[in-house]
Amino acid sequence: MGNLTESEVIIGVPGPDRTIQDSVNEASKSALKIAVGHLNFHYGPRQVLFDISLEIPDRKITALIGPSGCGKSTFLRTLNRMHETVNGTRAEGEVLLDGQDIFAIDVVRLRRRVGMVFQKSNPFPKSIFENVAYGLKINRMANRSAIAEIVEKSLRRAALWDEVKDHLHKSAYSLSGGQQQRLCIARALAVDPEVLLLDEPCSALDPVATAKIEDLLLDLVSSCTIVIVTHNMQQAARVADYTGFFLLGKLIEFNKTDVIFKNPAQKETEDYITGRFG
Amino acid sequence: MRHFEIRLDELRKKLLEMSGLVESSIYRSVQALVEKDEAQVRMVMENEERINRMQIEIDDLSTELLLLQQPMAADLRFLTATIKINNDLERMGDHAVNIAERAISLMHEPLIKPLVDIPQMANLVESLLRKCLDAFVRKDANLARNVLTSDDEVDHMRDNIYNELVSYMESEPSAIRSCVDFMFIARNLERIADHATNIAEDVVFLVEGADVRHRSEARK
Repeated sequence: MGNLTESEVIIGVPGPDRTIQDSVNEASKSALKIAVGHLNFHYGPRQVLFDISLEIPDRKITALIGPSGCGKSTFLRTLNRMHETVNGTRAEGEVLLDGQDIFAIDVVRLRRRVGMVFQKSNPFPKSIFENVAYGLKINRMANRSAIAEIVEKSLRRAALWDEVKDHLHKSAYSLSGGQQQRLCIARALAVDPEVLLLDEPCSALDPVATAKIEDLLLDLVSSCTIVIVTHNMQQAARVADYTGFFLLGKLIEFNKTDVIFKNPAQKETEDYITGRFG
Repeated sequence: MRHFEIRLDELRKKLLEMSGLVESSIYRSVQALVEKDEAQVRMVMENEERINRMQIEIDDLSTELLLLQQPMAADLRFLTATIKINNDLERMGDHAVNIAERAISLMHEPLIKPLVDIPQMANLVESLLRKCLDAFVRKDANLARNVLTSDDEVDHMRDNIYNELVSYMESEPSAIRSCVDFMFIARNLERIADHATNIAEDVVFLVEGADVRHRSEARK
């Protein structure tokens, strides 16, 4: 990183001598939301993440990029323990949310705080309204007017309200692909998460729908920390404050997005983003 | 080689061809003055047309590559640097034309004194341009930084020439016309050195990703 000024290297990849406590200390100083320390991840006998240490700042958009199979989606899923739904997986290391070990807290409570939106929109076979209200109902909220209020607020935050307000009780499947994806974001927002994880949320969308989602992320980030996995580097460049590059299960480089795309410190990053990789 | 790299190479070659024309124009404009040679002036004018055409071609190709390839990292820095260097080279070509025009005006006047300082200043300016273009070709940030520190020397030479010409005009009012022409020539040479400095700054950015414009510490 010899070419970067000190102020450009705000957040670096912790070296081997850095402890997770350093991350916690920094989190309290510079508003970090998630501190990952020395994370290793295995699918059965196969290790897919190697000693990942990364500090995700609060209320910023962090993009994770890298070639297929580099481990970025696995990493994302670990952040709300979604990997536990797959048999034979094993995560070692520490993931702290506001300084709290996520493996030590109730997983349902964790996922309420850290929501996820997937690559393929996956609305439930229910009405638009019921999709957004679902999380509230399973959280035992019974007050119907309060639920209606939160549904409207969430649909507004997901920039979908104006398009669906007159047919909230139609099936979610009647919506276009882009609208379905925003509905899934509204559903995630209904329980007011502190962190929103998105795994290639625009890969199946046309440029107009993609632009709406990107605008939405830029609006949401004032109230929510966002981590997005994307194959689209222009998307990372457009929306992310910070970008991390993964390769073969390792975090190669993490820095401010404009530094990563204008002047990356690592040759592997340079080769990947300029298309000279492989 | 990937298609994109072939196009980048094509762009690099065009920029070098243009810089060759600009170097030649600057040299010929000063030769026109020193040798009182109208043929050199004609060549500067011919070069000027080619330089202007190349400026448009380089801009078009750079814009096309930015648009179609959406480059990142070193490729992005190369394209943004090329667009700026292109502009600086074209302006240098214009200054060479200005010098050639003054050379014509001076061609039919007796020399007020032997020509020493202007050719000396021109030599330094030409060497700065050559250095910054070498730095571009070799991706040599240290050589580019060397140009940044030499610019002051050019300014100093211009100031000396100005002062000498002012004293001369005070003592010899009939020489005012020639003196003004020489002042303009010194001014144009100094502007060429400024553009060479801009190019050197772009080379540092291209190689290191560091923006050294208006930052005296970073230029060292």
